[in-house]
Amino acid sequence: MDAHPSRSESVEPIPWKTGRVGVVPALDMETTSTPPVPVPVPVPVPVPAPAPAPASASAPAPASASAPASATAPAHAPPPAHAPPPAPALAKKKLPGSGIPPRRIAVVLKWARRASQVFFFALFMYFLFQTGFRGSFAARADAPVRLPLPVEGFLLADPFVAAMTLLSTHSVYRGLLWSIGLLALTMLVGRVFCGWICPFGTLHHFFAWLLPSRRGRGGPRVEANKTHAYQRAKYYLLYAFLIAGLGGSAIGGLFDPICIAVRSIGLGVIPGVQYLSHRTLGAAQVVQVRAVQGAADHAQDWLAQTVWQSKQFYFHQTWFIVFLLVAVLFANRFIPRFWCRVLCPLGAFLGVFARFALFGMTKDHAKCTDCNLCLVHCQGADSPQGGVKWRQDECHMCMNCENACPEDVIKFTFLPNRRSTVTVPDTQRRTALAAVGAGAMFLPAARVADTLDVNYHSKVIRPPGAVEERAFLERCIRCAECMKVCPNNALHPAFFEAGVEGLWTPILIARVGYCEYSCVLCGQVCPTGAIQKITEKEKMGLGQPPIKIGTAFYDHGRCLPWSMQTPCIVCEEFCPTSPKAIWVEEVDAPVRDSKPGPNGAPPAYKSVHLQRPHVDPSLCIGCGACEKVCPVQDQPAVYVTNVGETRSKTNVILLENTNYNQKS
Amino acid sequence: MSPEKGPPPSSGVADKPGREPEVAPPSRRDALLRLGSMAGVLGASAAGARLVWDKGGFDVVQSAAVRQVRDYRIKERDAEHAQLAIARAASKEEGDDSPRPLATPEQLVRRAVDALGGMAKFVSRGDVVVIKPNIGWDRMPIHAANTNPEVVAAVIKLAHEAGAKRVVVADGSCNDPNRCFQRSGIWRASYQLGAEVILPQEHRFRTMRLKGDVLDEWPIFTTLVDADKVINVPVAKHHNLAKYTAAMKNWYGVLGGRRNRLHQNIDTSIADLATFMRPTLVVVDAWRVLVRNGPQGGNIDDAKDMHTVIASVDQVAADAYGCSLIGQRRENLPYLEMGEKRGLGTMRWENLRVKEV
Repeated sequence: MDAHPSRSESVEPIPWKTGRVGVVPALDMETTSTPPVPVPVPVPVPVPAPAPAPASASAPAPASASAPASATAPAHAPPPAHAPPPAPALAKKKLPGSGIPPRRIAVVLKWARRASQVFFFALFMYFLFQTGFRGSFAARADAPVRLPLPVEGFLLADPFVAAMTLLSTHSVYRGLLWSIGLLALTMLVGRVFCGWICPFGTLHHFFAWLLPSRRGRGGPRVEANKTHAYQRAKYYLLYAFLIAGLGGSAIGGLFDPICIAVRSIGLGVIPGVQYLSHRTLGAAQVVQVRAVQGAADHAQDWLAQTVWQSKQFYFHQTWFIVFLLVAVLFANRFIPRFWCRVLCPLGAFLGVFARFALFGMTKDHAKCTDCNLCLVHCQGADSPQGGVKWRQDECHMCMNCENACPEDVIKFTFLPNRRSTVTVPDTQRRTALAAVGAGAMFLPAARVADTLDVNYHSKVIRPPGAVEERAFLERCIRCAECMKVCPNNALHPAFFEAGVEGLWTPILIARVGYCEYSCVLCGQVCPTGAIQKITEKEKMGLGQPPIKIGTAFYDHGRCLPWSMQTPCIVCEEFCPTSPKAIWVEEVDAPVRDSKPGPNGAPPAYKSVHLQRPHVDPSLCIGCGACEKVCPVQDQPAVYVTNVGETRSKTNVILLENTNYNQKS
Repeated sequence: MSPEKGPPPSSGVADKPGREPEVAPPSRRDALLRLGSMAGVLGASAAGARLVWDKGGFDVVQSAAVRQVRDYRIKERDAEHAQLAIARAASKEEGDDSPRPLATPEQLVRRAVDALGGMAKFVSRGDVVVIKPNIGWDRMPIHAANTNPEVVAAVIKLAHEAGAKRVVVADGSCNDPNRCFQRSGIWRASYQLGAEVILPQEHRFRTMRLKGDVLDEWPIFTTLVDADKVINVPVAKHHNLAKYTAAMKNWYGVLGGRRNRLHQNIDTSIADLATFMRPTLVVVDAWRVLVRNGPQGGNIDDAKDMHTVIASVDQVAADAYGCSLIGQRRENLPYLEMGEKRGLGTMRWENLRVKEV
């Protein structure tokens, strides 16, 4: 460990690089023995590992002793004569070792990558904030209500989603054709999506920089950033999800990074921060200082008009979604970019296609002094260091290694020599087959539970325009765009109401919010067509039958006019259909006086006029407005279940809607 | 602290010779400091706890008994001006089937308000004028479930002409407010005239003491009550429970919270709200009137063109007259009688100075 193997001899793979980490194949001898080594002086190089060094660009000092000319000079001495002249402007910081500055193009690309990460993360957040209808002062009354921006754009560009739904539905839905563009980009320049674009990746990049403790810096960080066997897990996950997709379930959406980002930030982080801001600014509003009140008021106005929804949103069991986000971000403390390296099926998908990339790395192994600076900064754990082959399928193309290398070893070029490159994922055939088998078994395992074919849960009320449940599960990737956009907070991530297969698929919880009669935004943002892009005309049924998502029922024992002789019918007032699906029966009913009569006589009775509501199941669309506004607070006297939904030919009440040609 | 590691650094302890440093008693200064800090923390905790001590029990905190009302009426009125004005588009001649009425909503609003003495009688220069239309439902103007945007625009224009500093349009909607404000056409119409449109966001509600018969303390849409003048601009329409809704029922829009319980005693709720809110002026839009399936409607066949605008300083009289538009009799509306008994106005509208223009 202490002495560096002599450079003059044929370059052996460095034992601790390949010996402990079994996945890196031994380097081809011809690759490393060809270049004549110009500096054959065997200088013992202390391994920088033991001393905890900062992970930032300031490198461990001991590594600087490798080049002969600077071996005796202080680290900040001028570069030796044979080194190229110092690069002007961009590379100001003196690098250790030979101090050869990175090429200007590498520096430019590194900064371009940082700018791109900031831009795409900001764009993602902007789209997320715009995933919600805030109305417009400029729109005409009869203009259809649509979002002006393609807020689901990141999902449309997601080839993992496209591939999964292609396998399940044998079609590419509308905007998902854009994912070809990302595939083309990957085949041109590798996994730049992971390093340059992916907002979830940027989040992990940030947390991997923020979080590590002593254990995550210096030597331990170098160790963590080497290629590890556990990085294969994402490929196995990918294979399992794709095969499950072929079977008919888009369950892989649970692991898609864009879906996770939308779901956890949209349903957890944003409502949480909104809650906090409402509490703090609300507290500022009651302070008896006019300036503070005014500032708080203006802050609330601005936030409400630009960032928040029009009211506080609450989501069913959203704590679990946020818990998983926090857990996967915290994992960066132990393994930098744990998510991206180990679990991300989109990264794996792009990794499979990265073999076609025209842009890639070449390494001049002979110049490598094992300073490990490349590893300190490596994002993908793709073996950038000398002495081993570069793993193209793992590389995020962040350009950190070329910028960190002080010895002119690493260069990214178009059409590079691939002799020191591994282009394909290093998966094992048996495990891959086992993953495929697990994916194939997912659907039968999920469906023998009594959640779909039999004993379908009455509260699985799908959004309007949703396709039939089996087709729905083929398409729904649980991205939560529909839940984020719903203006009434009506759509929620299901927990296990729709079975394990339906985890975090959208269901309508009418008690929290009802389906707004003329709103079709959920279908507009759905990237996969699980909710179709219906028009207002189709939804409300102008000149055609309306789209029903369920049917309302009365609980006469709790209904005020039915059992408590009290006028109410708020449900009828809110019923949006015309003619109304709720009609009232006018009755004069006796009501007993609460007090006994005089001299112990039985209490008197008087007559009250009441309107008792009924549901016309042929008109009810199941929007849940009645359930939402029912004044019986805890358990409403009118409630919606999914029976009678348009999308199903079997989940029906009425004879005329029944189709016996369909299996029940 | 293992003995192999040697004696610990002495922390101000005077090491007495002959005793192990570990077992030597602390110095007097150290002991006093420790005792003092213990006493200080304990005392502060006890004092703090006593300060916020809750003795428990089910005593309901009685809210202050003062009723809060919002009275924006103009006190002095000239006897020459009408108190109730009805402006109708002139009836067409026989055989004229053209759909265009013979007046615009703006003309009708002008005629009606002028009959009451003109907007300058109500709005002073520099006033903050709040206009409260009915923007309750996600319906378009043709459905007549919300106030006609042209009527709202006309009132905004009159207020501006009278010198208002700011004109604010606001309402607390039933459906999604963004959608109601946009699809009613009122947002666009108001914005084009430079009026400020304020949506009922959560932070704009504060609890106020209405102290009515059924409404005690409720969250109130502060935008509607922070004004110099308030103009009520409801739409006249059918209501399945209250039978007719216009001026008095329009104040449902100032309430936040759980409005769905008001329907259990809808007439008293309406009277309570009309007691709380006494507008400067009422301009009832009956340009197009929902005569069936109110308050939400949804079918254009349920609405009927009436090309009428009613202006009044008396919200009870405005409703007592207006209910005849949908064929309702004022005796059938208990909230009118309650309003009259409470001195909010008169349901005998013919006893007022009435002007048809």
